[in-house]
Amino acid sequence: MSIRMHKPWLGIAEAKGLLRGNLGVYQLADEHQQVLYIGFAGGKSLFGLKGEVGHALQRLPQACLVRWEVTSAYLTRYKELLMLHRHDFGELPDNNEPLPLGVLRPAG
Amino acid sequence: MQLELTAEQDLVIATVRRFVREEIAPLEFDLDPDADELAAADKERLITKTKAMGLYGLDIPPAFGGPDIDLVTRTLLAVEMAQHRAGLYAPCYGTFGGAGLAQLFEATEEQKEKYLYPTLRGEKRGFFGLSEPSGGSDPARAIQTRAVRDGDDWIINGGKLWISGADKAQYGLVFARTANDKGRNGVTCFIVDTDTPGFAVRRIVHTLRSAHYATELSFDDMRVPASNILGELNKGFAIANDRLTKQRIPYAAGCIGVAIKAQEMALEYVPQRETFGAPLSSRQSIQWMLVDNEIDIKQSLWITLEAAAKADSGENFRKQAAMAKLVATEAGGRVVDRCMQMFGGLGVAKDLPFERWFREMRIRRIGEGPSEVQRHVIARELLGSSLR
Ligand SMILES: Cc1cc2nc3c(=O)[nH]c(=O)nc-3n(C[C@H](O)[C@H](O)[C@H](O)COP(=O)(O)OP(=O)(O)OC[C@H]3O[C@@H](n4cnc5c(N)ncnc54)[C@H](O)[C@@H]3O)c2cc1C
Repeated sequence: MSIRMHKPWLGIAEAKGLLRGNLGVYQLADEHQQVLYIGFAGGKSLFGLKGEVGHALQRLPQACLVRWEVTSAYLTRYKELLMLHRHDFGELPDNNEPLPLGVLRPAG
Repeated sequence: MQLELTAEQDLVIATVRRFVREEIAPLEFDLDPDADELAAADKERLITKTKAMGLYGLDIPPAFGGPDIDLVTRTLLAVEMAQHRAGLYAPCYGTFGGAGLAQLFEATEEQKEKYLYPTLRGEKRGFFGLSEPSGGSDPARAIQTRAVRDGDDWIINGGKLWISGADKAQYGLVFARTANDKGRNGVTCFIVDTDTPGFAVRRIVHTLRSAHYATELSFDDMRVPASNILGELNKGFAIANDRLTKQRIPYAAGCIGVAIKAQEMALEYVPQRETFGAPLSSRQSIQWMLVDNEIDIKQSLWITLEAAAKADSGENFRKQAAMAKLVATEAGGRVVDRCMQMFGGLGVAKDLPFERWFREMRIRRIGEGPSEVQRHVIARELLGSSLR
């Protein structure tokens, strides 16, 4: 079972029209699909994913692609995506603060 | 069984109650409603306090440096520690320490030095790897992970499912089949370092539980020295059974704590909330929900304390522990459900803890032996060998 995010990358303008106030996780990337930041919209987020992605874009104007998953298991999925990124690249995305995380070695 | 608390019990319970209300609950205002961890600085500060209270490492026997407190009192403390939003699966966010299911009290001195003492000092974490994709209710028959002897080592192949905390653990207890016996006599418990080649945490298993997610593990030609067998060869199932039986009492206590907190919130709310010109508390249907909650709470508390008292007396407490786990997990679910109903929309919103308790409480009827398995254990104790 793949644990990678398979949602398509979207440009910011298109994404802004589609994002809603759901709980979930998201990734922001540069034009080469290099992940710059992994975030989540949790129980305290104003306007859910729409609000969180909007805030993150203000901090990271260089991001031009975004993709997301709507999920109520946002915290465990967020940690899984961070661990997966660290497994693939040896470190967290540049704009993520360090966090106590476990170690994953996905099958695929 | 003594029905009144001693002055000493009263004092220690009041201390923990104050700690939960004054130190833990206020931190939850700023945390995500699903959070299972405190900021490192907060956790460190609070551990200093629980150590100063002499209550750090509550599930550790005094011989290993834990506080000398009987199980009845520890059960009452576990009831208190669960009375906050994350309290069911992260009581007080781990600030009271402890070893959980990965206790190694029958370890050799060498194993204790390497695993037990660092765990008790909070330097290492362990996981408990019993359940597999083939089934967790009847692990003695379901375990397919195999260990084969190779000189002084064992080579383990297979996998585990639902294992809590394995991604953050330095070691774990892995139960594997070491003989052709298809039941409980062919299972051995190995202590496995998580940096052993061939060990991998493949994924998080996302469930209703926000805290301490479960994981899936795989073992590919994982070489473990024979000196890492915990207890005796082919006698690992008794270790698993022992852990699970003991764990049923604090497991039940956590459910009771959450139920008590939910009921307390409902008792505060219903006299204030008005519908159709009268407070909710004036409606008989609301009163009956509160009454049913109270009965559910008291029944499960007494059954759980009876199990703890039986364990304290050194007698066989398997039946009582299974009854406590069964009754408290089911009653806890009913109480939280009724409280949600009384709070209306707020009851299901993330603004209040009910929705998290509701999700996590549902797991309690499955985790560490489903309700049906507890009934099976109780029936076996009642009917004896005729049922085996
Ligand atoms: C969030 C979570 C965390 C967990 N953490 C751990 C962990 O850290 N370590 C670990 O080893 N395991 C862990 N478990 C596994 C847990 O102990 C098992 O899920 C549980 O024992 C049930 O096993 P199963 O899921 O394979 O269900 P099965 O064994 O397939 O049973 C399915 C259902 O069948 C019914 N049933 C079973 N036996 C009987 C019977 N005799 N009579 C009638 N009905 C019956 C029950 O309703 C049961 O729910 C965890 C599970 C969850 C959900």
